[in-house]
Amino acid sequence: MSTTDSPHHGAFGQAKDQTWFDLLAYLFLGVAFGAVLTKSEVLSWFRIQEMFRFQSPRMYEIIASAVVVAAASVALIKRLRLKTISGEPIAIPPKKLGLGVRYAVGGTIFGLGWALTGACPGPLFALVGNGVTVMIAAIASALAGTWLYGWRRPKLPH
Amino acid sequence: MVAFASAPWPWYVAGPVIGLFVPVLLILGNRLFGVSSTLRDVCAIVFPRKIEFFHYDWKRKHLWNLLFVAGIPIGGFLAAHWAGSQNVAISEATRLALAKLGIHDFSGPAPIEVFTWSALLTVRGFVSVIVGGFLVGFGTAYAGGCTSGHAISGLADLQLPSLIAVIGFFAGGLIATHFILPLLF
Repeated sequence: MSTTDSPHHGAFGQAKDQTWFDLLAYLFLGVAFGAVLTKSEVLSWFRIQEMFRFQSPRMYEIIASAVVVAAASVALIKRLRLKTISGEPIAIPPKKLGLGVRYAVGGTIFGLGWALTGACPGPLFALVGNGVTVMIAAIASALAGTWLYGWRRPKLPH
Repeated sequence: MVAFASAPWPWYVAGPVIGLFVPVLLILGNRLFGVSSTLRDVCAIVFPRKIEFFHYDWKRKHLWNLLFVAGIPIGGFLAAHWAGSQNVAISEATRLALAKLGIHDFSGPAPIEVFTWSALLTVRGFVSVIVGGFLVGFGTAYAGGCTSGHAISGLADLQLPSLIAVIGFFAGGLIATHFILPLLF
């Protein structure tokens, strides 16, 4: 793995054994997340349009309060030096800044797609469950996009 | 309780509940809340070829994430079915702006005039679903995260790269909404 690796794949390399119970817990959390995306209407194209047109504070209130709660939790975890339920120290790998190009350019490219589909990756999956089955095609196309990135990655500035 | 279950959640319930996924995943197993990395995982499983980006131990590192994402459509299905589906109560200003673009059906989470299989044959349907989806996949892989990984997890950990990414998300979203959509619809 090279140094400009995706931030999701950093410090999680430590060996850890996954039990079926653990994995079931993640599946359950995913079910909960899909329900939350639905009940919050975060998956709605209409809400995303409203957000990008600055015509309602709702999406900004949702994102901001999610960040505040997550940030307060992370600060508390760090201060109390909490461990995972299996006793491992909790550590969030820092993302490498590098040139910053990947974040600015990649972020903008994703933003274009976010407004066009009206959905970020979580909502794409939730929409399929909501009956908007054409989003299966959007997910397939997203896989093609990810694959193209992986293929061209050595040539792109990061 | 039934009313609470069927009505859309107010922002002050929805936002904090989304935020809580971060500590819950950390405490459960040092996992960083994020969805888009599973797109990479699927590429790594299905079609890795000889590409370095797709060669890593996904089974050990990311089985959890694949299961998490597999749960999302199930949760979407359950939530859409226990609660009577209702129109998304967007602002009047948005409704008018979208009507001007030619959106007339405001039922469901996304306009059925654009987001159906048959609409894929129209320019706006194809660009919204196929081109939009492609940009989501390419952009999140390039940026190393999406709304969950950067905007929620990254900002919560006060990481500068995530702030840059989120500014990019909004720059792209505003360009698409205000300059591309009017040409398309």
